[in-house]
Amino acid sequence: MNIKTLFKSKAEVYTTVTLAALVLVVLPLLLPIFRLNLFGKYLTFGFVGVGLVLLWGRCGILSLGQGVFFGLGGYCMAMFLKLEASDPISTKIQSTPGIPDFMDWNQITKLPWFWEPFKSFPFAMAAILVIPTLVAFGIGWAMFRRRVGGVYFAIITQAIALIISLGIDGNQGYTGGRNGITDLRTLLGMDIRSNVSQYIIYYISALLLFACILFGKYIINSRMGRVLVAIRDREDRVRFSGYDVAMCRSFVFALAALFSGIGGAMFVLQVGFMSPSLIGIVPSIEMVIFAAVGGRLSVIGAVYGVLIVNLGKTTFSEAFPELWLFLMGGTFIAVVMFFPDGLAGLTEPGGPLSKLWQKWGARLLPGLARRIAENHSSTATTTVLAEKTALNEVTNATK
Amino acid sequence: MNLQELWSIFIMQGFAGISLFSVLLLMGLGLALIFGQMGVINMAHGEFMALGAYTTYLCSTLVQDHAPSLLPIYFPIAIVLAFILSAALGALVEWGMIRHLYKRPLDTLLATWGLSLILQQTYRSIFGAREVTPTLPEWLMGSFKPTESIDIPINGVFVLLLAGAVTGSLLLFMFKTAFGLRLRATVQNRLMSGAVGINTKMVDRLAFSVGCGIAGIAGAAFTTIGSTGPDSGSRYIVDAFLVVVFGGAANLFGSVVSALGIAQAQSILEFFLEGTKGKVATLLFIVVVLMFRPQGLFPSKVRS
Repeated sequence: MNIKTLFKSKAEVYTTVTLAALVLVVLPLLLPIFRLNLFGKYLTFGFVGVGLVLLWGRCGILSLGQGVFFGLGGYCMAMFLKLEASDPISTKIQSTPGIPDFMDWNQITKLPWFWEPFKSFPFAMAAILVIPTLVAFGIGWAMFRRRVGGVYFAIITQAIALIISLGIDGNQGYTGGRNGITDLRTLLGMDIRSNVSQYIIYYISALLLFACILFGKYIINSRMGRVLVAIRDREDRVRFSGYDVAMCRSFVFALAALFSGIGGAMFVLQVGFMSPSLIGIVPSIEMVIFAAVGGRLSVIGAVYGVLIVNLGKTTFSEAFPELWLFLMGGTFIAVVMFFPDGLAGLTEPGGPLSKLWQKWGARLLPGLARRIAENHSSTATTTVLAEKTALNEVTNATK
Repeated sequence: MNLQELWSIFIMQGFAGISLFSVLLLMGLGLALIFGQMGVINMAHGEFMALGAYTTYLCSTLVQDHAPSLLPIYFPIAIVLAFILSAALGALVEWGMIRHLYKRPLDTLLATWGLSLILQQTYRSIFGAREVTPTLPEWLMGSFKPTESIDIPINGVFVLLLAGAVTGSLLLFMFKTAFGLRLRATVQNRLMSGAVGINTKMVDRLAFSVGCGIAGIAGAAFTTIGSTGPDSGSRYIVDAFLVVVFGGAANLFGSVVSALGIAQAQSILEFFLEGTKGKVATLLFIVVVLMFRPQGLFPSKVRS
């Protein structure tokens, strides 16, 4: 794999490096650990966003059930941490020491069989990766093979999100119910709430996220990525050309689930709990919003979308809780109707912002425009031409 | 528990299911019109239902404050008002939003979800986060007893009759009026319908607003069996979509059958399984069936 398979243009390199600098250097230097932890939480939604770009933006499959896979990964991690936190000594006041507290409250006296293997760290780590992927592949394969797609797929995945969240909610003794799995303290003996480990967890999340971003870019710029786009735009032609459309779709659905699962596991480490409120319909559709606002076609854009929307949510819902839903709903309608490619679509060459710049920026700052035009001359001749005409207009007007 | 008691429980849970069935059916019919016929996913459908419910509540409060003597007869008027208001809002939404998105069905889903957020917050700002209940007329209260152990609430029967009447009118509307003919023609072949002089844009707007209007009636019906909060509608939206998809999207008859099946399964299972397990089991069953039979129970034979 060389650098060209990852980045198609210089602009892609710049945006990736900017995001990396922001997440890895600027934020940790500027923010106190509490705020940084908040950003760490947002980053875990970024995993879902990257998956959605591949799945929805590139392959045209809208899943309203990404929260399910986020939750599966998260619960796998939370179950391991909970078992570590419920050793017989610290739970000795319970009627059955050594099992999680919520089981004891629900008169369960023996660890259920599916909790047993989560005592092992390697098993839990493997489960975080394997379980969401397999579940997604199973669902995807069952549906894509029957050529269920588009709107139906969206509705059915939404129903699955409802089922899983209600199911976890209703089985309090086995899953912790509505409160979820709380009071998680240590990972292999390391206190996950101390400042040092918060920094470590933040950096692990960020680096894993960049691994997912780069892998996503690799897929997008590979032959597979072009097949995915072809499936989105003209499914039957791809099928007639001999590609296994159902397999490609199941693959990308499983990959998106894998990313979401990793995100969920990191989320648990960041915030120290997991609950069904992160799985249901609303969080699942919110994750789609993040990707839509940032740009459904661009993995970097989606991560920016996650950061911006969540920052807005935290800031506004603290200050103006009533206004927040209006703002969120309005933004969403506006993005879907007027900027279907999101922020990334706004800023890319040839997008609305660059057009606006050509129209007004060149008039206001002709010198700067000329210099930018010269810098870009090798990559975007059309932009230069447009700016030259704009410049001519300016000179004519001054004459 | 002897057989007689079991049978009584069955009948009574069945009637509890009938109320749920009526609301699901009314929601589903509106959706079947909007989604099945036009291919638009209206995630704000639940909020149109809530609009109907709040309209009924407003009517009841106004009547109680200013004309208590009208209390026995306000309810039918409230139903009509609920229909008109929801239909009007539906037409407005179609004009401002949906008509620009017909070529992007997945995007209608996202945009209408944004709309549902806004509507929910509007209800919360106006009526408060607390659930409200309209004062129901006397004749809707109480129950009658056909036998010693069976107790059938009157509001359930009323809602069932209402749902039946709306279904009947919708079927007449679709199959016996000129507009219904135009709508069915547009669904079958939009281009050709336009070519023979049908104003397909007008057909879309009317179909969307009638669908929303029926959701408003569902809301009015809902007030007789439960209290209304800002998010009441969104609690039914997934069930309503499953009703439509399970029944076979473009088939109104299928929606009736699947609404009945889903509502009855849910309420009967809820009695035997605790908590939400009845609902989980029902939804799970439907999703599994849809995975193996994605076209639903009664697929329509329209070429796409």
